[in-house]
Amino acid sequence: MTTLTQAATATRPVAARSKLQREQVFWAYVFLLPWIIGLIVFVTGPILFSLGLSFFNYTLGSEVSFVGLDNWIKAFTGDDLFWPTIARTFIYTAVVVPLSVFGALLTAILLNQGLRATTFYRTVFFMPHLAPVVAAIYIWLWLLNPQYGLVNELIFQVGYHLTGTGFKGPGWFGDPSFALPALMLVALWAAVGGNMMVIFLAGLQGIPQELYEAASIDGATAVQKFRHVTIPMISPTLFFNSVLACIVAFQTFEVPFIGTRGGPAYATWLYGLHIYQTSFQFFDMGYGATLAWILFIALSFFTFLQFRSFRNWVFYAGDAR
Amino acid sequence: MAQGAATLSTGVAKPRARRSARHRAAYLARRYGLHAIAILLGIVLMLPFYRAVISSLKQVTEVRQIPLVWWPKVPQWSNYADVWNVRFFPLWVWNSIFLTVVATTGTVISSSLAGYAFARFRFPGKNFLFTITLATLMLPAYVLLIPNFMLFWKLGWLNTYLPLTVPFWFGSAFFIFLFRQFFMTIPIELDEAARIDGATYPRIFWSIMLPLSGPAFATAAIIEGINQWNSFLRPLIVLNQPETYPLSVGLRYFVVNPGDNLPKDHLLMAAAVIMTIPVILIFFVGQRYFVRGVVMSGIKG
Repeated sequence: MTTLTQAATATRPVAARSKLQREQVFWAYVFLLPWIIGLIVFVTGPILFSLGLSFFNYTLGSEVSFVGLDNWIKAFTGDDLFWPTIARTFIYTAVVVPLSVFGALLTAILLNQGLRATTFYRTVFFMPHLAPVVAAIYIWLWLLNPQYGLVNELIFQVGYHLTGTGFKGPGWFGDPSFALPALMLVALWAAVGGNMMVIFLAGLQGIPQELYEAASIDGATAVQKFRHVTIPMISPTLFFNSVLACIVAFQTFEVPFIGTRGGPAYATWLYGLHIYQTSFQFFDMGYGATLAWILFIALSFFTFLQFRSFRNWVFYAGDAR
Repeated sequence: MAQGAATLSTGVAKPRARRSARHRAAYLARRYGLHAIAILLGIVLMLPFYRAVISSLKQVTEVRQIPLVWWPKVPQWSNYADVWNVRFFPLWVWNSIFLTVVATTGTVISSSLAGYAFARFRFPGKNFLFTITLATLMLPAYVLLIPNFMLFWKLGWLNTYLPLTVPFWFGSAFFIFLFRQFFMTIPIELDEAARIDGATYPRIFWSIMLPLSGPAFATAAIIEGINQWNSFLRPLIVLNQPETYPLSVGLRYFVVNPGDNLPKDHLLMAAAVIMTIPVILIFFVGQRYFVRGVVMSGIKG
């Protein structure tokens, strides 16, 4: 990142250079001042503070008392909701991330076929991602309403035309076994044409056409070309999107919070909701901070694992890595 | 899934005329097939929007009618006027606009300054600072939420707009990265020429970087503007006076506490549509920038 400036300054006489250096250093810190303050006051400071807080029992407005590791122990052994919430969040992530990443990839491939009206399609596909989450949730609550929802109406109609009697759609957000799938559906709707698709599209456009031509001459089928040309060539993008998608999925909050309040029967009680409820409904800040830190550690570890595995399958063209 | 070059590969040794006829038929079939897939996907993704728009034009009695009303008998355009009489709706819209403009302006200004420093200056601690900046991109929001909330509480900022505006004037890692990437594409010779002419660094930033960075600023403003407009969790925990809510939190009010007990489903949908329209408009106007910004952030993690 410093190569440009290094190259530019390397040739100057030493005295002039050091003066230039001092001036650069001064202005660099002037320009960075707001960010450095922000970083300390609103980011790194609070992170450390919340780590400290996790060792205290503190409910907003009451006495603070040091409790050592009690909060951490409570999370793993004393909180009935903790493990089920973790499991639920993992299931949610494990379904949503692969489906949305590959959905976005397929959509991007579709848009990369040089079809007429591609720009129009791209805009349409992107629209769900733009819809404010809050607005989208209410719309989806309607769509998936068991009685007068459009989705169940479609399911009914399909059944009616196939068998003469309509199919009965599931209860979606009202049914404990369908609430989480409903949540996944909303996430997929927003993701298949969203940012990930745009990033994939840019990645696909960077693949040299000759590779496909060479593969064709060797008699490769479309699937083989996808497997052996497309996937390796966009693996850095695939990796980037997967990591970000995991981070987003782990933190899902708005949809279950507004849509179902975690219900029915805790079916959509994801980890973000657990933190929110602990901290901002019961104002148990000490335990809330502990839960947030557990998420932080888990996510860091998870991201680390992804980076580890990354060397095995990500391929940088023209790169020694 | 078939690739662009797939059509080139059919039959190598066939007579030319036959081959091109077959070729053409296959080509057309494939095109139409792809268009069909794209249109179908578009319809599925658009279904919620269709549902929201028709619901917002229905009479209350039609909203929950079975079988479903696919198109209201008499579109109730008056719903869009009525929604402005619901509780604090006009205030919520104004609050949202205010918060979006103030926070976005702050983010763009402070982030561009930091981005400039990272792109152009050599200074001790640069790598360290930049690494930290990138690391905060990965940070889960929840880790910051609780301590920030307590900070705002201690400062007496709860129930004011300070927590929703002030922090954004101190930069945001994502946009710092975006600006840095952009500034690095501007030839450094321009800076050097200006230096030789005696320009100071702020002057270079103002007279050289700024005029050349319209797209970067547009990109950042659009992305952050949409983020702010949609922002929900922060205002939710910081504000508890309904008249101070932004639209995103206010929308919840249609359902959670309707004031009177009349069903407001059609108005809720109208409000949702009203909230969505500016985002879509801004996206249309700045689509080029938006897409570029997303791509820039995605190329190389």
